[in-house]
Amino acid sequence: MKCQVCRGPAVIDVRRHNANFCQEHFLRLCRDQTKKAIDQFAMLEPDDRVLVAVSGGKDSLAVWDILRELGWEADGFYIGLGIGDYSKESQGYAERFAEERGLTLIIDDLLRDHGFDVPHGSRAAKRAPCSACGLSKRHLFDAAAKRGGYDAIVTGHNLDDEAAVLMGNVLHWQTDYLGRQAPHLPAANGFPKKIKPLVRLTERDTAAYCLLRGIDYLVDECPMAAGNKHLSYKDALNKIEVDSPGAKHAFFFGFLDRAVERFAPEEGQTGDVVISPCDRCGAPSSNDVCAFCRLAERATSAVPIELGRTRRSSNRSKSESHP
Amino acid sequence: MDGPVQVVVLLQRLDLNRESHLVIEDGALVPGDKTLAKDAVVEIRSVISGGAA
Repeated sequence: MKCQVCRGPAVIDVRRHNANFCQEHFLRLCRDQTKKAIDQFAMLEPDDRVLVAVSGGKDSLAVWDILRELGWEADGFYIGLGIGDYSKESQGYAERFAEERGLTLIIDDLLRDHGFDVPHGSRAAKRAPCSACGLSKRHLFDAAAKRGGYDAIVTGHNLDDEAAVLMGNVLHWQTDYLGRQAPHLPAANGFPKKIKPLVRLTERDTAAYCLLRGIDYLVDECPMAAGNKHLSYKDALNKIEVDSPGAKHAFFFGFLDRAVERFAPEEGQTGDVVISPCDRCGAPSSNDVCAFCRLAERATSAVPIELGRTRRSSNRSKSESHP
Repeated sequence: MDGPVQVVVLLQRLDLNRESHLVIEDGALVPGDKTLAKDAVVEIRSVISGGAA
């Protein structure tokens, strides 16, 4: 297998491009595809200061590395979610990446700063862990970007992530979500700009990028994500991709080219929702109290309660008192 | 595995999707058409990650 650019020995095949690449030209492909996405969706200005949401996994470390390589000033932002050893390990990967490259990594911690963690918070608020986690992360990303005066929040969402979300939204005809599924959400109503520069790269690409760049990342999956629907959609799409290379790209980019506008909110429709500062934290919200503050309130007010008697324990008590 | 085997064939035999796995030998990425020696020691790394956040 030879590199399609230099004819040297290839290290990876990229079937959706019907091409093989050596290390040097695969890394260049990843940078070029990221720059292409940034230009295609007008994500960044050359002098934008960006804050990268870093998890310690392959995607966030890859996008941080690529943006620096492309010349953007990019700091990292890590949130301790309190998911046991997984969180401790992931923070270690993020810190080592930053230290080794002399980069700035800002660290927030849900338990330390807000009094709850994802496992307990999601149970107390009766939310799925991924839902409570996502809500917390979005809120804290926004707050950190505002605090630090950053122009954009960058996340490591890749083509697999976006195609899987699209599949879920189509399967359930979540038309309101479909209208908002874009790789670039401009700043609006007090929310900062959010961008996804890796949408032209797959998870396999970002994992290979890290390996070839010597980026050590947390390989293990979040224990709380096991069994969620998002992963089953990814699995289904990869089964299609094997027989039809390029299917994921065609699905997602075809949607962006030909369909997303059909689901976009009509003019005036969004005007009905009034965004104002949250009474407690000041973050923009459509309610008096924002969703994060409501989650935090439920999570921190949860106290252990004594369980009532079960039928079995009642029967045992009866039999004990009436031998 | 019996005998030398090509990377893509190894993944097929293990019922692993080539779009969601990388094969690594001695720390280096191994392309799909490479034939692995009978006694090769490789890491097969899943690349799938993420919740729905």
